[in-house]
Order: sequence, then structure tokens, then C-alpha cells
Amino acid sequence: MRVAIVGVGATPLRSLSTCASFRELVYEAAVRAYEDAGIAPKDVDTFVAVSEDYWEGTAIFDEYVPDQLGAVLKPVHTICADGITALGAAVMQLQTGRFRIAVVEGHAKPSNVLYPSHIEAFALDPVFVRPLGLNPRFVAGLGMRRFLAERDYTELDCARVVAQNRRHALDNPWAAHPAAVEPEDVLASEPLAEPLKELDVAPYADGAVVLVLATEEVARELRDDPVFIRGIGWAQDTPDLGQQDWGRAVYCELAAARAYRMAGIRDPVRELDLAEVDDTFSYKELQHLEALGLARPGDAAAMLKEGFFSRCGQLPVNPSGGNLGAGYLLDASGLRQVAEVVWQLRGEAGACQVPGAEVGLAQSWRGIPTAAGAVAVLAR
Amino acid sequence: MSVHIRDYPGIPLKDRDIGEGRVLTTEWHVKAQYAWDTGAALSRFFRALKEGKIYGRWCPGCDRIVVPPRMFCEWCFRPTVRWVEVCDTGRVNTFSVSYVNWDASRSAVPRVPAVIELDGASPGMGIMHLLGEVGDTLEEILRRVKVGMPVRAVWKPPAERQGAITDILYFAPCRDEGATEPGGCGCGGAVGADRAAPTTSGTDACGCGGGEG
Repeated sequence: MRVAIVGVGATPLRSLSTCASFRELVYEAAVRAYEDAGIAPKDVDTFVAVSEDYWEGTAIFDEYVPDQLGAVLKPVHTICADGITALGAAVMQLQTGRFRIAVVEGHAKPSNVLYPSHIEAFALDPVFVRPLGLNPRFVAGLGMRRFLAERDYTELDCARVVAQNRRHALDNPWAAHPAAVEPEDVLASEPLAEPLKELDVAPYADGAVVLVLATEEVARELRDDPVFIRGIGWAQDTPDLGQQDWGRAVYCELAAARAYRMAGIRDPVRELDLAEVDDTFSYKELQHLEALGLARPGDAAAMLKEGFFSRCGQLPVNPSGGNLGAGYLLDASGLRQVAEVVWQLRGEAGACQVPGAEVGLAQSWRGIPTAAGAVAVLAR
Repeated sequence: MSVHIRDYPGIPLKDRDIGEGRVLTTEWHVKAQYAWDTGAALSRFFRALKEGKIYGRWCPGCDRIVVPPRMFCEWCFRPTVRWVEVCDTGRVNTFSVSYVNWDASRSAVPRVPAVIELDGASPGMGIMHLLGEVGDTLEEILRRVKVGMPVRAVWKPPAERQGAITDILYFAPCRDEGATEPGGCGCGGAVGADRAAPTTSGTDACGCGGGEG
């Protein structure tokens, strides 16, 4: 059974959102999504939300999910994973045949978290890693060092990712961090965990994203231009920092293989019209491009430099600005990527539009210290 | 199977083993601190508490006054559209007598958490708080507190209020039961006027399928 996205709603992403509670942010995104789908919350059969208690500051956060989604006294399924994994959970629920319409919700208010690094540190292994007493950004430093060494890439190659994505975001009115940044600015920025520097890191943003999904039959009743989830996959590597494959994003290779197989994609570079690829750290975009098969190992940096992945290149990557330009929404980032792809495939991406886009990909990573991610292939 | 096992292998841990560092322990104080944005609804609610007032919001779809206020109705999903001051009196929906301290020791004087349905808010709109002036022993509390009992808020002195739910110290039994009839609490009668305002009302109009109109 095929499943389509029939409604997309989001709030503009901003560094601060002091005028609205998380409930009010989610309500805004939900109202937009339901209007876009032409439904009311009473039409929704099941809800899937992503949340992480320590980012919210409330234990058992799932209890706070229903009200602002119109999900009171309905089936609600809250999962602790990235947004595209939640999308997969909703797809599976619809494919049981017991539900017709599903909603997926994610939000982030990192501006309300006073010490985000301490939350990430609490995710490190308490016996082996935490006692070392390091700021958790070192995990990205390790990943970047090994990846650059294996590929013979440079810090400048990573800096070009930042420059391209933040420039792409200049055309995205939803983006929180558009900037005309030059690669030299990135290289000159404050070192965090060498070789990682301040501008290599996607800055946080506050915001909410809500998607409405439906089975094919219902989707065609609701609108003329549903965007189908043609393929979806997710995978998770060991949490052991001593044993991950630092040079490759194996979780992404496996998730992509599943999604491509399901979607019948054999040559992703030719068959995809655009991709929203996780760039939470600059080097991760290059690593993920290779894992997705969009560049051969060792080619990604040169292709990016030559403009292959720019908005007017052969395969536009992160035309929205990515996490670097739009802002890092914690686990809701994957849902933002999916929303951007849906807008592209509908021709509603405004100044970010890739002309004639018909097939798009969204790929998420759950962030440090995880090696977990998901891939979705979307098409009209 | 386990009934055949006479001697279990292993050595049980004692407090002393942990205290004296004989086993590996790890301690971490997570800096999980937050500055939550209260947003449009609760900002006004907390500010009003400083003035000794309790505000709700009115939903035109369900003709409900919701307390604590929210900017949207979780039943019919329409925006709530008006601020309504409700009374600081109400009735006990349910209560408990809490004896257990954080470390599982017994409190000398039990505390009495209760759900208070505020006068002027819609039925079922309760806020969580404590009851006070209801006695120091279980027998006394059970004799004096009943489900449905009328109560009134006892506020902190104005200078000590912080715009927090603790600006209300507790709810105490009403001496004069007649004072808690709707509109009789002295909150200005705004409630009746607001409830008459909507042109559509009831569950049929809002289509939410839940609760009362």
C-alpha cells in the first residue's frame, strides 16, 4: 500500500521564540498542516510524535503531545528518534490498513535549554566516556579528523559546504541562519574540537513541523498533487565510540540501500532531482553524500567545489540551506527536510525552487553521539 | 529449575561497599536546566496571579472557559478568543491525603493535594492545588474535607507574589457556602456576560464530539 504526504505545516525557524510556548508553536504548525491537507483533526486516525525528554526538560514528555495537535483521546505514539524514523513509523501504521490518515509532529526549542552541551554529555556512555570530562563536541572532531584523513579532504572542503548552505538559506524565508559566509570565514572561526570550528556546526533553531500522511486512496481524494513516500529506511550503528566506522556513515549507507530498493532507484544521481542531506556538521554533508551514493568516495569535495550540488547544479543538495542555513531543530530536523522536499516537488519552494523537481530525497542523522539515521525518497 | 539450586553464586552488594569505594561507581550531576517560554496564554495567567486574579480563555466553538488558559481549544482546535476572569473560589473535585515524603519517610502533618473546579470556569476545568486549614490528622481531614466541598483561595501577601502558582498558598473551606454560587463570589459577574456572548454553542456546533457545551 502506498502512502503519501498530503499536508505540510511549519513555523518559521528562529533563534528565539520567546513569544510562544512549545504548545503554541506546535499549534501553529498543526493548523497550517491541516489547512494544507484540507482536513480537521477529527479526521486523523493516528498521531506519531518525536521528542527527547532531556531536550524538553520534562520526563515522560509524551504525555504533553496530544492537546496542541488535536489528538486528545486519540491513538498517539511518541518515539525517541529522528524525524524521518518517525515518518517511517507513521507509514507502517498506515500500511497496517487500520488507519487512513496519520500525522507526524516534531518541534524544538533549544533556546530554552540553558546548557545544551551538558544534555549531549549526558548521552555519552556513563562508565567509559563521561568520566573523561570532555565537551561532547569532541565526538564531531573525531569524526571529521578520520573522514578527512581517509579521503584526503581538507578543512577548506568542509568550509565550502558551510558557505554554500548558508548562502542557499538567503533565499529561504523560513530559515533562521542565512548568511553570506565565505569559506575563509569558516576557517577563521573559533576552534571547538579541532579540526571542527564554530562555523562548521549548524546553529540551533526553534520551530515546529507537522506532516499529514494518508493512504493512496484517501490522498487522491484530498488533493491532486499528493507526494508519495516511495522508499524509506533507517539504521543504527553501535554506540561504542571505540568501534564505530568513523570514516563512513554506515547507518546512512544501509538506510539508503533500503529506501532505494523500495523506491526502485538504481542510479540515484540521475534519478533524483534534489536532496536534503544532513549537514549538522559541515563534514557530515560530504560523508552523507558518499553514503547516499550521490558521490563516489573521494569525489564529493571536488564535485561540491565545482558546483555540482549547488541549487543550479546537476543535483541540488540542501537548496533550503540545510541545517547549517535553516537551523538545527534537534530531532525535528528530519521533518523539516521532508517538508522542504514536499514543497519542492509541489513547485511551492519559492526562491529556493529547483525547476521541474519530481523526485527528491531527505536524509537525517540523529546527531552526536549517535550513529543513527534515516532516508526517505519522495516523488509525485 | 531454580528450586534445584541450593547455593547461588555471587556476593551481594552492601551499602558499605559503595560508600567505601570497593566497587566501581560513577557519579554525574547533569546540568539539565531550562528557561521555558510560557507563551501568550500562561504569561498573562501568571502575571494576573500577582494581582490576585485568575484568568481563563473562552472557546467560541465549545462555549467553554478553560483554566489554566490556552490560546487554542484542544477539543475543537479553534483559537480561544477572549480573556475571562474567573473566581478564586470553587469546589473540590477530588483530593488525597499525602503522607509520604521524598525519602519515603512519613510526614508529621500530611498535605492535602486537590483538584479545584473554579467557579466561573466551565465544569470539569480544575486546577491542581493544596487544601489548607483542614486539620492535622487523617481523621480530622477526612471529617472536614468532602468531594464537592466549596473552597476559596488563600493568597500570599501581594508583596510576596512572584507570578507563580504558589502565589496561592492553598484553598481553604468556605465559611459561607452561599458565597460560592456562580456569580456570587464577587469576581464581577463577567462570567455570565461572556457565556451569553457566543452565537453558536454546544457540541453540535463545534463538531468536536466531546464533552459538554
